[in-house]
Amino acid sequence: MSTHAWLLLGAFLAVLLLAAKPLGLYIAYLMEGRLRIGRPLENVVYRLAGVRPDEEMGWLRYALAILLFNALGVLSVYALQRLQLALPFNPQQMLAVTPDSAFNTAVSFVTNTNWQGYGGESTLGYLVQMLGLTVQNFLSAATGIVVVIALIRGLARHSAATVGNAWVDLTRATLYLLLPLSFLIAIVLAGQGVIQNLDPYREVTTLEVTRYEAPRLDAAGQPLTDDKGAVLTEPAQTAVQTLAMGPVASQEAIKMLGTNGGGFFNANSAHPYENPTPLSNFVQMLAIFLIPAALCVSFGRMVGDGRQGWAVLAAMTLMFVVAAAAVMSFEQQGNPRLAALGVDQLGGPLQSGGNLEGKEARFGSADSALFAAVTTAASCGAVNAMHDSFTPLGGLVPLVNMQLGEVIFGGVGTGLYGMLVFAILAVFISGLMIGRTPEYLGKKIEAHEMKMSAIAILVTPLLVLLGTAIAVMSEAGRAGIANPGAHGFSEILYALTSAANNNGSAFAGLSANTPFYNVLLALAMWFGRFGVIVPVLAMAGALAAKKRLPAGAGTLPTHGPLFVTLLIGTVLLVGLLNYVPALALGPIVEHLVLWLGA
Amino acid sequence: MTKKTFKLFDPALAVPAIGEAFRKLNPAVQWRNPVMFVVYAGSILTTLLALQALGGEGDAPAGFILAIAVWLWFTVLFANFAEALAEGRSKAQAASLRGLKREIWAKKLLEPHYGGKWQLVQGNDLRKGDVVVVEAGDIGQSVIPADGEVIEGVASVDESAITGESAPVIRESGGDFSAVTGGTRVLSDWIVLRVTANPGETFVDRMIAMVENAKRQKTPNEIALTILLVALTIVFLGVTVTLLPFSLFSVEVSGAGRPVSITVLVALLVCLIPTTIAGLLSAIGVAGMSRMMQANVIATSGRAVEAAGDVDVLLMDKTGTITLGNRQASAFLPAEGGDDAELADLAQLASLADETPEGRSIVVLAKQKFNLRERDIHALDAHFVHFSAQTRMSGVDLGDKQIRKGSADAIRRQVESLGGSFPASVSHRVDEVARRGSTPLVVAEGKRVLGVIELKDIVKGGIRERFAELRRMGIKTVMVTGDNRVTAAAIAAEAGVDDFLAEATPEAKLALIRQYQAEGRLVAMTGDGTNDAPALAQADVAVAMNTGTQAAKEAGNMVDLDSNPTKLIEVVETGKQMLMTRGSLTTFSIANDIAKYFAIIPAAFVGTYPQLAALNVMGLASPASAILSAVIFNALIIVFLIPLALKGVRYRPLGAATLLRRNLAVYGLGGILVPFAGIKLIDVFLAVTGLA
Repeated sequence: MSTHAWLLLGAFLAVLLLAAKPLGLYIAYLMEGRLRIGRPLENVVYRLAGVRPDEEMGWLRYALAILLFNALGVLSVYALQRLQLALPFNPQQMLAVTPDSAFNTAVSFVTNTNWQGYGGESTLGYLVQMLGLTVQNFLSAATGIVVVIALIRGLARHSAATVGNAWVDLTRATLYLLLPLSFLIAIVLAGQGVIQNLDPYREVTTLEVTRYEAPRLDAAGQPLTDDKGAVLTEPAQTAVQTLAMGPVASQEAIKMLGTNGGGFFNANSAHPYENPTPLSNFVQMLAIFLIPAALCVSFGRMVGDGRQGWAVLAAMTLMFVVAAAAVMSFEQQGNPRLAALGVDQLGGPLQSGGNLEGKEARFGSADSALFAAVTTAASCGAVNAMHDSFTPLGGLVPLVNMQLGEVIFGGVGTGLYGMLVFAILAVFISGLMIGRTPEYLGKKIEAHEMKMSAIAILVTPLLVLLGTAIAVMSEAGRAGIANPGAHGFSEILYALTSAANNNGSAFAGLSANTPFYNVLLALAMWFGRFGVIVPVLAMAGALAAKKRLPAGAGTLPTHGPLFVTLLIGTVLLVGLLNYVPALALGPIVEHLVLWLGA
Repeated sequence: MTKKTFKLFDPALAVPAIGEAFRKLNPAVQWRNPVMFVVYAGSILTTLLALQALGGEGDAPAGFILAIAVWLWFTVLFANFAEALAEGRSKAQAASLRGLKREIWAKKLLEPHYGGKWQLVQGNDLRKGDVVVVEAGDIGQSVIPADGEVIEGVASVDESAITGESAPVIRESGGDFSAVTGGTRVLSDWIVLRVTANPGETFVDRMIAMVENAKRQKTPNEIALTILLVALTIVFLGVTVTLLPFSLFSVEVSGAGRPVSITVLVALLVCLIPTTIAGLLSAIGVAGMSRMMQANVIATSGRAVEAAGDVDVLLMDKTGTITLGNRQASAFLPAEGGDDAELADLAQLASLADETPEGRSIVVLAKQKFNLRERDIHALDAHFVHFSAQTRMSGVDLGDKQIRKGSADAIRRQVESLGGSFPASVSHRVDEVARRGSTPLVVAEGKRVLGVIELKDIVKGGIRERFAELRRMGIKTVMVTGDNRVTAAAIAAEAGVDDFLAEATPEAKLALIRQYQAEGRLVAMTGDGTNDAPALAQADVAVAMNTGTQAAKEAGNMVDLDSNPTKLIEVVETGKQMLMTRGSLTTFSIANDIAKYFAIIPAAFVGTYPQLAALNVMGLASPASAILSAVIFNALIIVFLIPLALKGVRYRPLGAATLLRRNLAVYGLGGILVPFAGIKLIDVFLAVTGLA
């Protein structure tokens, strides 16, 4: 890794950890209902929605409220896409989205995955972007936050039958956390040059005529292929470029802050209108980790022991540093095949060096690699470079980040509740190892909690592996592969991993906007999200009902380095063992082939 | 119960266990352990595949499939063997108990008092409420026919059949020593007892049932662990099942090698799922109960034993638990200007006829300190005055000499009624003695107060160390006593308990337990008296002394046959050991997967991607030998860990973090490293012998 890379990583973590504490304390204050100044506005919302804010809910009602709320979200986003031609704010006259793509996109944005089978600027009008996608960017983030808050309440309360009021929690998280912060970030981004308008797309004449190879199309508009299946091309040229416009800055802020990751444009944060400068890039990375990191602090505050939160945050940070350093150094290493051709891939004052395929020159390999580590460690999925073009191991790390269950910071809320499930698993095994009925924060971990943790941990690997198996076995699944060999396998594995873990980043390469992938991935996203949320809430309910035992000499402390090590070990062992064979057949083989030769 | 201990692989137990291991291949038995059932199904599947291959059309060489199938069967058999061995030990213990239940004749009384008419009946025909008499010299060695409560008489009873303790104990009506256990023997005198348990519900029946049911009742933590193990099995099932399509796809795109065979997938699955812990799980539980019996503790359920591992607070009766049951005279403290030899002389005279342990200890102390011999009481023409609740004094009248001993208040009243006065120096002495935690007994002759005898509570030897050990385990000790605060504080300090409850009534004990429980603590209580029964019933873990009353035993969920109150330490250790063994083997089992992946993944896919040979870090000879070595290791490790499962991971009172660090280093790190060495060794052996 270069000095620049180390400094970048260091500065990023320093700013993040400094900001996490005040924000975390604020979130705890807000979610405990102590922000009195916000009441009048809240009460208006409650009155309009017919919500009784003082009514507490048991876990089941809470879970049903969340499910209902999100199901309605899917319906509304689906409807908006299908009807967009009839709706205002569609200057490009975008056509109704196909049913499978609309379904996929609706589920994708509601589940905070923000997998994009479509290309933003060529598919969706401004109204869908604003009222459908941006709204879900807020609400799906709020959903993640309230679920972890309910779980924290389960740990903090004792002998209680309820875990809070879902409607109140959703309102507070959206109104007083996500909205103000997004506004702030949107302003900063706009200041860096991110566009914000409702104009039609602009046609500009380029200085040079661009010559390129265009695919040859048959009469039906389908690309022609030769007998080996390769696409036939013909030379083409143009001097006109269409510049897509739109209300980007406002969506960009919550895209990062809510770990959504769905880009306004197809190129996502690699697009200069979404992410113009290294500074905007830095702010975006920061926005991704901000709430996940702060929630750890909120957790410590709400359970009455700040050290508990810092321990979880320390485990996340340590794993992240290793992951980030790994991607950054693999990408800086460059490609041995190019080195063999005499290409200079060393970094210096004039070039960032390293593997630059699929990366923006304004970011270089370090900023792109760090972004990749951040966006996959958190379940954001925004990209500022094409992960498909990373070196095999550089691409393996983002894959592993997701496969661990999105718990290294993870999505807003989801990261922490995923990590707490791992923490419960860790204390269960270690509790047994010291001869005590395991307890976490004074709550006994018994059969019911194990059942729920087991479901939460089982769901995603099974979705990923079975989904990948279905895709590689079916004609429709294989049709989408762009690259032959092990890399094609990696592309499918990445897509399913990204969907089931609600990340949403794409390895690109795979042509996933087909009915097969749209439906398969939508199912993976929905069950990957709510197959975890429901057991987590069930666990919250069971924990809330338990007594809180005082810590004694025989209690395992869950705030020291030992626990942090244990937690990391559990995440790695339980999270990763499931994927070893799949990884061996994908990126590991690619790496060995690249470096050792075929 | 004889304290029979078995060597680990005692042939007397191991040989039948081998037969039992094969009998357990019954699918109905296997089904109860879901993880091992997967192995069982895998064994059947690979056997069928081997048969198919022998027929000439297999998905791998027939020899290879056969070798895998054989070792998978061994894996199942080894797990069965471990369970059978643990059960065998328990059954042997139960059998020695059952010896007690031979035919017993009982003399059933038609009227419930000694000397009444009786008829001879079978012990099995006795019902709750029947009254029987047992006398030394009865037919059938005077065996007590059923559990009961002595309602009349005193007898010395040999309880060695139950406790292994050869010294006879006294059983008498009333008080805390009235319970007798069926199967024990009256050695001298007679007792009349009322039967308190129907046949099949007696103590011995419960013990046998506990031993035999140990494997069927899963404890809460065992259930939770099973859930985790099943979840891991499901995930790994998903991993291996999907590996076939992945392999088919990889073969197609790389155009090399053959798809992975079903045999290899089954081998991988069995290696990945936590067979080590699953195979030993029930053996650990059975062995834990067995260990409890060796410690002479009878628990009504495994749940109680496991709960003991979590105890935070231990409540103990002072008398008989922390101190020896009786107070003993420790000093003669004369009044100012008095003579201690004279005090001792008169104190001894006053105590000669006093058969209470305190009275006897005064005689003994007088002899030790002043060499005063016991005098012939008949020659003295003495008239003894026995203790009565009204006077609260006892003593002797020698002619016109009235010697009395009693509490300070009683003597003061007596002396003052005779016109004497109670000297201030004696009052001072009395206060001093009370502050030390001892009981002052004042001696007077007529209206002259001679001085004070200090009766001291004797704290049991070694108990301080035991409490220190409990403290290191994280358990708070609380002494419960009827004494006043001053006395209680002094004894508490001497014994080294953390806290005490003075002037305790049964209600106060109950309230204290409830208060601790409300704070979320798990309370253990040891007790023996009837007045302990409500507290025992309220406590989470209640250890009743076998010497205690029937009421106390009924209220407890454990009975300590040795009546040793600090036995709770062993109980706690056993409870903790059961959990630790399960936890450690789980960690070990999961950590093993890393090495197994390194053995199997390159072996399974090297044909498709030759570059994967780089992952063969152990340098295993061939793909076939690599996979076979991993499977053999997976089977043998169960056998190697049987001793650990039966003996349990040792518990040390080190504090949670230290203990965890130690166990993680051994079973976590060890679990990662050991299989690398083990698989390599097996592979070398296979390669050298040319078996694969």
